[in-house]
Amino acid sequence: MPRVGISAIAGWEGILSQIETFYDVMRRQGITRRSFMKYCTLTASALGLGPAFVPKIAHAMETKPRTPVIWVNGLECTCCSESFIRGAHPLAKDVVLSMISLDYQHVLMAAAGHAAEAALEESIEKYKGNYILAVEGNPPLNEDGMFCISAGKPFVEKLRHVAKDAKAVISWGACASYGCVQAAAPNPTQATPVHKVITDKPIIKVPGCPPIAEVMTSVITYMLTFDRLPELDRQGRPAMFYGQRIHDKCYRRAHFDAGQFVESWDDDNARKGYCLYKMGCKGPTTYNACSTIGFNEGVSFPIQSGHGCIGCSEDGFWDQGSFYNRVTDLTQFGVEANADKVGVAAAGVVGGGIALHTAVTALKAAQDKAQKSTATSTEEA
Amino acid sequence: MKVEAQDTPEELQKSKVDFYSASVLTGDATREDLETIKRHTSVYVYETPVRLWHWVNALAIVVLCVTGWFIGNPPPTMQIGEAVDQYVFGYIRFAHFAAAMVMTIGFFGRLFWSFVGNHHSKQMFRLPVHKADWWKEVFFELRWYLFLEKEPKKYVGHNPLAQIAMFLFMTVGMTFMIVTGFALYAEGLGADHWLWALTSPVMNLVGNSQIMHSVHHLGMWAIVIFMMIHIYAAIREDIMSRQSMVSTMISGHRTFKDDRPE
Repeated sequence: MPRVGISAIAGWEGILSQIETFYDVMRRQGITRRSFMKYCTLTASALGLGPAFVPKIAHAMETKPRTPVIWVNGLECTCCSESFIRGAHPLAKDVVLSMISLDYQHVLMAAAGHAAEAALEESIEKYKGNYILAVEGNPPLNEDGMFCISAGKPFVEKLRHVAKDAKAVISWGACASYGCVQAAAPNPTQATPVHKVITDKPIIKVPGCPPIAEVMTSVITYMLTFDRLPELDRQGRPAMFYGQRIHDKCYRRAHFDAGQFVESWDDDNARKGYCLYKMGCKGPTTYNACSTIGFNEGVSFPIQSGHGCIGCSEDGFWDQGSFYNRVTDLTQFGVEANADKVGVAAAGVVGGGIALHTAVTALKAAQDKAQKSTATSTEEA
Repeated sequence: MKVEAQDTPEELQKSKVDFYSASVLTGDATREDLETIKRHTSVYVYETPVRLWHWVNALAIVVLCVTGWFIGNPPPTMQIGEAVDQYVFGYIRFAHFAAAMVMTIGFFGRLFWSFVGNHHSKQMFRLPVHKADWWKEVFFELRWYLFLEKEPKKYVGHNPLAQIAMFLFMTVGMTFMIVTGFALYAEGLGADHWLWALTSPVMNLVGNSQIMHSVHHLGMWAIVIFMMIHIYAAIREDIMSRQSMVSTMISGHRTFKDDRPE
């Protein structure tokens, strides 16, 4: 077992020398070295790295202590956890559960009640300043946070407490990143994304409802391999997965450019697999890797199963009108109005005004003419 | 303000009048213009680059509106051939982007011309809002459109109301469309492109791409409404006012129907 190198990592000696490396854990769980190398290769390609990085990933996993991850759940639906445990490369059972802290994760941990909370405190104490905090869901701030109680206290208090000693924060899913459905207008509980509550830590957003399993595992793997956050896009999402729109890599893109669209559900064009743009597909405005990686081991993703993208990895996606309209509804102007309908109506009103103005102008001109001719005839007489 | 008839042309050339406080020929008349009217019946207002810009811009806007409408609301599916042989929507988008480039370059050219061109070429970009007299003229013009004034005034350049419309819908409106449009265009170019970096603050300010699309649509409708009013007002004033309107944007010369100076 390669144990060398651990002490070389500054600041990690002492407490962390007792922690197993990833490789140790994997071998202990019966994973062969061959499978381990396969995993490293797949991770390298998922991250868009060249073959030269495969040994680097392998080396990091063999020598570096496991990154302690504390996973807390706020106001959420657990779809992130559900997605995460379906990670295929590697299989969550074998690797991922050993990789993140087994000390604290509501859904997966064996402990419950006071024992669980004690484990959380112990982890914070043990890995102070070195653990990654993964947040699933978000804290509601209204009524002093009473809308989400965890271990008898408002979740927001727990979040602040755990975040205080974290090295970095991962916001899992649309909830933690942007607020998702619980933050949709009018947001009665004042559900607030993590980055608006925790402002003094590096935060990486991994949005989606849920995010893709491989994206989740790869983000953690990247942070372990390179000891830093991956490159982020302008909204704080890892650029390697959120750098392009679903539309940019969509396999139906040729039908979009050709102008061949599904016109209604279950029409002939739908059977032919034409572009879902007219059915309100949000692929052109959504940054995610669905059209490249897919869900459930690449089996499918929404567009592939014949439904447009709903834009779940974008900020405020519940408030962008119907999932089935390409042009967003504007609720300010009535129940069912979008920018174009508002525009047509406004243009109609202005057109009517112009017609009326023309009529008045013509009438007035005729009137003036009549008056003038009367005046002239009176003078002549 | 009175104009001295005995001024030599050289002096006139040099002299600047505070044209907004002038009671004669309110709205953008220079001393030189006033003198010209006495000698000729027309004033050269719109120089060639301005006229060229006007018509190129008009054409570009029409193309942009039509293709923009189709991008948001695509035409019915066409079956010309295999998807690889057919590029209907691609061409619509191409026309939109090409017209946008023409409009943008034209807009910057027009902005440049407002610095080197004649006095009237600056009107569209600068509103003299600090001048009380100018506001008086705005209200006079409003009353004229509300049928409350019997006779319109003579204007060499834009009347103050038209100037406000030009400024709000063209200068501000087109800037808005260029900024939001290029923010959307940069999404297609990708995160490595300099335009992406340049437009990122705008995208972050607006929130997301979908909202950006919505505001870009609303901007188009503002310009469509301006277009309707602009064409109506130009034709109406050609008939009702005391000077030429439509032909001025073709020849550049403003002609007057009577010789009263006010």
